[in-house]
Amino acid sequence: MKNILEINNVTKFYKNSVKALENVNLDIKEGEIFALLGPNGAGKSTLINSICGIVNFNTGTIKINNMDIIKNYRNTRKITGIVPQELNLESFETVWNNVNYSRGLFGKKPDHNYIEKLLKQLSLWDKKDNKIKELSGGMKRRVLIAKALSHQPKLLFLDEPTASVDVELRKDMWDVVKKLNKDGVTIILTTHYIEEAEDLSDRVAVINDGKIILVDEKNKLIKKLGEKTIKIELFESVEKINGNLSKYNFTLDQTNKIISHTYNLNSNTTDIAELLNDVKKDGYKIKDINTEQSSLEEIFIKLIQENNNELVRN
Amino acid sequence: MNWYGIKAIYIHEMERFRRTLFQSLASPIITTSLYFVVFGSAIGSRITEIDGINYGSYIVPGMIMLTILTQSISNASFAFYFPRFTNTIYEILAAPLSSFEIVLGFVGAAASKSLIIGCVIILTANFFVDVRIDHPLLMMFFLILTSITFALFGFIIGMYAEGFEGLQIIPILVITPLVFLGGSFYSINMLPEFWQKISLLNPVLYLISGFRYSFYEVSDVSLFTSTLTILTILIGCILFITYTFSKGYRIKD
Repeated sequence: MKNILEINNVTKFYKNSVKALENVNLDIKEGEIFALLGPNGAGKSTLINSICGIVNFNTGTIKINNMDIIKNYRNTRKITGIVPQELNLESFETVWNNVNYSRGLFGKKPDHNYIEKLLKQLSLWDKKDNKIKELSGGMKRRVLIAKALSHQPKLLFLDEPTASVDVELRKDMWDVVKKLNKDGVTIILTTHYIEEAEDLSDRVAVINDGKIILVDEKNKLIKKLGEKTIKIELFESVEKINGNLSKYNFTLDQTNKIISHTYNLNSNTTDIAELLNDVKKDGYKIKDINTEQSSLEEIFIKLIQENNNELVRN
Repeated sequence: MNWYGIKAIYIHEMERFRRTLFQSLASPIITTSLYFVVFGSAIGSRITEIDGINYGSYIVPGMIMLTILTQSISNASFAFYFPRFTNTIYEILAAPLSSFEIVLGFVGAAASKSLIIGCVIILTANFFVDVRIDHPLLMMFFLILTSITFALFGFIIGMYAEGFEGLQIIPILVITPLVFLGGSFYSINMLPEFWQKISLLNPVLYLISGFRYSFYEVSDVSLFTSTLTILTILIGCILFITYTFSKGYRIKD
């Protein structure tokens, strides 16, 4: 699949000489949902704003559909939409005027049928004549999405799309994102809700201190960096782990009846069949077996900690 | 050219004007009426004529200029500062619009509002005094050019202001005194020679003088100098805006 977005060696300094982005390189494939993860102040929004032309970057190049975003800003911006993190809307304007205004800004001829369809799709149609100030936070977030989609972009940036949104609405938003992607829109979202990235994205990048520290397919990432824990519940309690089990670094829970062993999915050092055999050989009867896989959140925390430690060392 | 984009900004701004039509028009109408009561009646009873023109009629161009200048500046500065304040500016910056197109939308709307208000003041003035316009085309030329020029000036203030207070400083502390001291309500020939020379340093004098010429064919300075002054301010504003945009609007850094 071809790249819709190519970022090469992008560096951005703010006025106070704070380095917000450092040699960022990233390719986004057409049709994918890409999640950009990172803690607050990592550079997620700066990167998105640089791509969309909201802030200037200092060095490097950014191409959308193989067109430079500075030299061909008209063509690249026409196919790009952005949903900002904050609920930045004109409170005294109606939903209808707000969305049509956005379409006009992006150089598109008025199309009331499309805007009607869009508002219906986002469950905003019955609010079209309401002023923004009369809407709930969730509805405002939908208006921002409608504004970003008003000019039918091919590449959509969602900057923390579900920040301060309740759980129900969050799931609703995820459905909207999935539907958009199904309709052919490439989506790049920033989030620090790992479950969001886990549920939605095809690929994930982790950014910390202005640097991309990892890019990979979500599933591969979980597999590559994820750990799995096997928990074996026994009929009788264990006083001390010894014998054949001593080689596995088992830990005991408070009841002394559940023994746990954590291993990396990528390593070949743990043979589960052999492990179970050793439990049996030591004379224990197995009551239940349970496995838990580390989430993207745990992987993310681990990566950020490792990166921060490295930064301190350097 | 992104005509739809320019139109979107223009209509969006005019819609704000429509929403606040009463405040937008009531204020200049009331102010103009008060000027006629205070200056026209109170002072007019002592100064009956200037350059052969009835005093009440003489001050009409100056009053229009006072309103045009302050309205153009405040409309344009507020129009551009407001999206900065609410952060809705992101959308304008992310849109396929050149800096020229952005300026055209905002300044076009601000100048249009001023023109409407200017016309309303001319109509209001007619209720109090006889208003004669000897050169209507020249009058429109000055009116449009001044509206655009000072809307550009207001746009600059909107780009640089750090708060709502910042929008008010230049109009209150600079523009209003310059208009009052620029011969709005008198001819500089009435001043002592020293103050006449000082008055010639005031650029607003040239605008009012040229504008008054289009009404009554009387002026303190030549029409050419007046036209040159307004064009110089216009070019100065354009160059300054171009420079600021080339540096990233001050908001893209």
